[in-house]
Amino acid sequence: MQFFLDALRWLTDPANYVAGSVSPLPIQDRVAEHLWYTFVSVLIATLIALPLGLFIGHTGRGRQFVIGFTGAMRALPTLGLLMALFLIVGSTVPFTQAAFVASIIALVILAIPSILAGGYAGVESVDPQTVDSGRAIGMTEMQILLRIEIPLSLPLIIAGIRAATLQVIATTVIASYISLGGLGAIIASGIGLYDNERILGGAILVTVLALVVDGFLAILQRLTTIRGSSQALPKKQNVRRRSHGSTAVAVKAVDERKEYVQSKK
Amino acid sequence: MSWLFDNFDLVAELTLNHAALSFTPIFLGFVIALVLGWTANRWLLFRSWIIAGGSILYTIPSLPLFVILPYILGTRITDERNIIVALTIYALAILIRTVAEAFAAVPTDAIEASRAIGYSSWNRFWHVEFPLAGPVLLAGLRVVSASTIALVSVGAIIGSANLGYLFTNGKQRDFLEMILIGIGASFLIALVFDILLVLLGRLLMPWNKRTSLITNGRRILSSKGA
Repeated sequence: MQFFLDALRWLTDPANYVAGSVSPLPIQDRVAEHLWYTFVSVLIATLIALPLGLFIGHTGRGRQFVIGFTGAMRALPTLGLLMALFLIVGSTVPFTQAAFVASIIALVILAIPSILAGGYAGVESVDPQTVDSGRAIGMTEMQILLRIEIPLSLPLIIAGIRAATLQVIATTVIASYISLGGLGAIIASGIGLYDNERILGGAILVTVLALVVDGFLAILQRLTTIRGSSQALPKKQNVRRRSHGSTAVAVKAVDERKEYVQSKK
Repeated sequence: MSWLFDNFDLVAELTLNHAALSFTPIFLGFVIALVLGWTANRWLLFRSWIIAGGSILYTIPSLPLFVILPYILGTRITDERNIIVALTIYALAILIRTVAEAFAAVPTDAIEASRAIGYSSWNRFWHVEFPLAGPVLLAGLRVVSASTIALVSVGAIIGSANLGYLFTNGKQRDFLEMILIGIGASFLIALVFDILLVLLGRLLMPWNKRTSLITNGRRILSSKGA
């Protein structure tokens, strides 16, 4: 317990927040860096993966690819990917930027599968009858995607981005090993100095950061759930009471996809 | 490739250690998740608490957890038990939800029928609920197996002797081949574990023909059928 009190004292010590301190301080700069790396990587990954996921979900083409790809990526060791990219990028980019470029590429690669699966699973989860009704009243395919499929699949799309964000926050910590900034730098310097307060303080900071960002995205996910859509139904009751009915099967399918989106790195 | 042949013993040893380090958390995580997930499903009161607890644990980044655990467990920071406990927590965090949902999806008719013909709760669990939840449990296990094996390597940063050593050492020596061999070996373990899980599933659930050996994410397809 004493360790935690010491860490909390370290976290609340104003000296650790003084601007211009020796790296890895001040703390607020590392928090800002961590958030910045996370934001940039998730944004790039979303720009790449979301349109692809939506396309695959809408057309049904390339479904096998998403399944194989996300499955295989789950087994990719993040540390190995980071180190390999660092060496590959390091041979072309100046050393000072190598860590940043390699880390962002690695983080983008790691964020893509969840976002892709989220976009794909989201569009897939939309009731085909709803899509057909759109088609019947003369909507173009683009209108169907933008006005029916995307709004209805927003919760799953955000679930994918949420899973990706968590993974990026966690992997950014590891990227301190290739001398990227962020909160990992605090932990790394703590390990180097055998400074327990710093190790624990840094670890607590990252955990709190992850919980806060995740909570924020969870709220966003809830807000975008349209009342009455299949995703808003209480799962438990549905599956139990009408285990043979079509509703129950549909709900279960959605749940499995949700789960499919997440995987821990 | 010559480096691999020259250092085959090292790679083999690291690979075996990596596999051993992965196995315990997958197994422990599954057993604990089975108990908690079943409890969550049985008593609705606990359900939201257990599932929320699981997702909070899931949120904790891996390296921080590796370095926090020694303070809680009283172990040394380089102790491999820290990694095993941390990975068990993650396996548990992912699986709790799957297990709760797998049991929730067991048809009520089957449960009521077994109750009517006089199964005790214990027998009902092993002969009715567990087998019927089996395919979903297996799918969850495959996810956990792959991600646990990938995560073990992070432990190399705090000194664990597994394939992650090839990553940290390869980086220090500016030796790409070593890192790539490590990634390949890690994939190989994941593939072997996955094949074993699928074979185990076929052995234990011969009635379930849908689990494919080749694709890792058959669920998304099989759920499509609905």
